[in-house]
Amino acid sequence: MNIWLVMLIGGLITFGMRFSLIYLFGRFHVPEALRKALRYVPPAVLSAIIFPELFIRDEMLNLSLDNYRLMAGLVAILAAWFTKNILITILAGMLALFLLQFFL
Amino acid sequence: MTEQAKNFWAGVRAEIPLMIGGFPFGMIYGALAINAGLSTSAAQWMSSLVFAGSAQFITTQLVRESAPGFVIVLTIAVVNLRHMLYSASLAPYLASLSTRWKVLLSYLLTDEAYAPTVIHYEKEGINPFSHFFLLGAGLALWMDWQISTALGIFLGAAIPESWSLDFALPLTFIAMVVPVLKNRPAIAAALSAGVVALFAYALPYKLGLIVAALVGIIVGTILEGRKSPKRTSPPRGMP
Repeated sequence: MNIWLVMLIGGLITFGMRFSLIYLFGRFHVPEALRKALRYVPPAVLSAIIFPELFIRDEMLNLSLDNYRLMAGLVAILAAWFTKNILITILAGMLALFLLQFFL
Repeated sequence: MTEQAKNFWAGVRAEIPLMIGGFPFGMIYGALAINAGLSTSAAQWMSSLVFAGSAQFITTQLVRESAPGFVIVLTIAVVNLRHMLYSASLAPYLASLSTRWKVLLSYLLTDEAYAPTVIHYEKEGINPFSHFFLLGAGLALWMDWQISTALGIFLGAAIPESWSLDFALPLTFIAMVVPVLKNRPAIAAALSAGVVALFAYALPYKLGLIVAALVGIIVGTILEGRKSPKRTSPPRGMP
């Protein structure tokens, strides 16, 4: 699919969700089960993206210390845990990867 | 000053801290989008067509991995489901507006516009012009996001490959996910989705991502059972 079409449909879906219940006010109630499930969208989707980025190198599962992205990712997880700050987390992870790549 | 202008500028003022917080992310998005192979115009247009930070970062990641369009669209849908909650929450305050106003304000309803607006409405109540507050907050963030994206695109083109800038994407996701891991069901959702993503990595069309996300959501929902922990919310600083 063409990237422009993807962005257009993605944008329409996003708009549709923002518009949905403002438009349907009084005619539709969000079911409690959906409300509950929505809370787990961020942890589930984000982890599903993060894990392969850290653990899979060259199409293979790589759990060794030579997997610099995994090591730098762990540094970032610690930084995120202690600071809860997005910019510090990114900087810590990038710095860790940089140091591992150039000095090991 | 008219009542409209008063409400509008109050919305802009309330948005300023969030604009400052969001600016670096617009820049990071712009730089990464170029780095992932998006054209300058596609990268910039995504910021107004989709206008949703986390969905834009994820789209960038999936474009880099050459995922097919329907997987990207499906992922954007899942990631942006939370906007239905914002829509539900603001609906009673906007009920009397014309459809034209509802369309405009819905387009501007990002995480960052929602947060100060709902707090303002809950505290001050509403008046016949309080929709101008959301308009001010939403437009301010919109401008902020477009300008920061443009600056990021401009700078991103100058960053050499050897800096491994692409790694900033998973790092951004790490920074977003760690703060929402506040209770056991959320941690279980994250771990199960992550592990399934590794095993389902070889599935065609990057469908592993969708499968893994669904498993995580189901695991979290089941574990939560009847308990109702604090709700997780996306981090600040991104539409």
